[in-house]
Amino acid sequence: MYSRDNWKEIFQTIQKNKLRTFLSGFTVALGILIFVVLFGMGNGLVNTFNEFFGDDATNVLYIFPGRTTVPYKGYKSDRVIEFENSDLADINQNFAMFVEYTTPRISRGGLVKFKNESNNYTTRAVGPAHQYAEKTIMMKGRFINEVDIENKTKYVVIGRLVENDLFGNENSLGKYIDVAGSAFMVIGVFQDDGGDNEERLIYMPYTTRQLIEKNTDKIDQIIVAFKPEIGYAGAMALDRSLDRFFREKKYISPEDQNGLFIRNVADQLKQNQQFARVLQIIVGFVAFGTIIAGIIGISNIMVFVVKERTKELGIRKALGATPKSVIGSILLESVFITTISGFCGMLLGVFILNSMGEKLKDYFITNPYIDISMAISATLVLILFGAIAGYIPAKRAADIKPIEALRDE
Amino acid sequence: MIVIKDLHKSYKMGSNSLHVLKGINFSVEEGELVAIMGSSGSGKSTLLNILGMLDVLDEGSYTLDGVPIKNLNETKAAQYRNKFLGFVFQSFNLINYKSAMENVALPLYYQKVGRKERQEKALKYLEQVGLREWADHLPSELSGGQKQRVAIARAMAAEPKVLLADEPTGALDSTTSYEVMDLIQKINDAGNTILIVTHEPDIADMCKRIVHLKDGVIVEDKKITQVRASQYV
Repeated sequence: MYSRDNWKEIFQTIQKNKLRTFLSGFTVALGILIFVVLFGMGNGLVNTFNEFFGDDATNVLYIFPGRTTVPYKGYKSDRVIEFENSDLADINQNFAMFVEYTTPRISRGGLVKFKNESNNYTTRAVGPAHQYAEKTIMMKGRFINEVDIENKTKYVVIGRLVENDLFGNENSLGKYIDVAGSAFMVIGVFQDDGGDNEERLIYMPYTTRQLIEKNTDKIDQIIVAFKPEIGYAGAMALDRSLDRFFREKKYISPEDQNGLFIRNVADQLKQNQQFARVLQIIVGFVAFGTIIAGIIGISNIMVFVVKERTKELGIRKALGATPKSVIGSILLESVFITTISGFCGMLLGVFILNSMGEKLKDYFITNPYIDISMAISATLVLILFGAIAGYIPAKRAADIKPIEALRDE
Repeated sequence: MIVIKDLHKSYKMGSNSLHVLKGINFSVEEGELVAIMGSSGSGKSTLLNILGMLDVLDEGSYTLDGVPIKNLNETKAAQYRNKFLGFVFQSFNLINYKSAMENVALPLYYQKVGRKERQEKALKYLEQVGLREWADHLPSELSGGQKQRVAIARAMAAEPKVLLADEPTGALDSTTSYEVMDLIQKINDAGNTILIVTHEPDIADMCKRIVHLKDGVIVEDKKITQVRASQYV
């Protein structure tokens, strides 16, 4: 059945019927090409999406103190809530089971000077773990460490753009800059995927900030990272127990909306992931539609091909072709064409996706890609359906009496 | 070679049924050259199609070379056609994208003859019909008479027991017709059994026996003295 002679016969038929070959090959190649490109772009969209929301750690809760609006346990309303170092210690002590790390954050604005250059920057006074919470990437030097916290060192870590602004091409490491009147030594430069604003920040040890501010122990906000293994439900539970803990400690009414705020990144992340999933489903649906269109296209062409060949098939049958050999040669021919052109279309699509790379970043498509196994299965599906679509008319043609097929003009 | 007994065939045309062959009894010996004549609608092509297993009979029996032809599925029919029969059609029915040689070799392909042998045989038969130099030409590059000669070579290539020709000269002018008939006579001289359907009396006269069909029955069956076509060529 699959002898060399058979293939020779099929190659000849393919060669001598270029239009037909081109039509069916083109349909399949185009279908797969569009599928691959579309699906890849969908993935690129999801990539962009993840990048937008992925520059901070995702296992993080932000706790902000507020101002009470409800009187509670003898305290009047309109009372300003403040966090202190002891609150940080309490979290580490009471929630050790769930918490990976904590860091305070005290944000201040201020004029920063180096030689003749000066500019206003936000300074964040933080703990060492803050590096993980913001996914800060060190370009040179180091981030603030425990020793800095302990010794209340006057060190700063500056953003890439701060260095750019103040130092130009000069190396900033080891140089002293003036931050709101005090001299700080630059010990590190960082970059951040979160955009330009994130790279115009200055980090210093929070104990140093507290020392400058009359040796206070106040903290603006607390960042709590939970252990990823507690999962989404665990994070939500931790969210609630932290809320309860601080309301109790700070005498804030459970009904008070403004006394305490907790921003849960896990919760936001979950919503974002759902959005991304919906995006992927839509893209998948469109891509699936393309494949269906391709299948319909190849089916139409197969019907046309068989119709066109009715008379030839009649002649072949009169000369002794069995129905099996008629069906076999039509199918082999179609599978051969669809396989070759399908894989050509697939490779071309993958090539286009690869060459796109970052070029469409402005259109929210980052690094479009397609799983190679996905691309291959889509191609195989199209080939399979092309074969099925070819089988039905081929079977019908093989069953026509040769006398009727010969009469066909 | 061919024995037909009480053959009936009708076609359903909607609710009506058209009785085309109404009890044909007919036999052909080996080496005969028979013309089946009749006006259009007399059933002569239907008879030929049944003989060629291109169509099935309703009633009666048909024996070809001692083999009863009945209840054939398409696969079996295809094998029998390939083994027993060669066809020549009025409209040649060559495959237009194959060269003359490839057309002639096609029945051998279905006999699973090797490629080399197929080509040799095809060339041999093209030689016999005088078209060896035309072996590589496509049908569109051949004249009508040449096409029919290629078709005859193709029919002969499978070395069939019986050659069936349906109006082989119907699409040809008379000179070319005589050339084709000359070829058919020569093939018959070599001992091959040939049946020709025709409505042209001069073509029928070049056969050795004329069977007249009218309204689905044989009205006349006579042996004649053959007119040689070579005298007109």
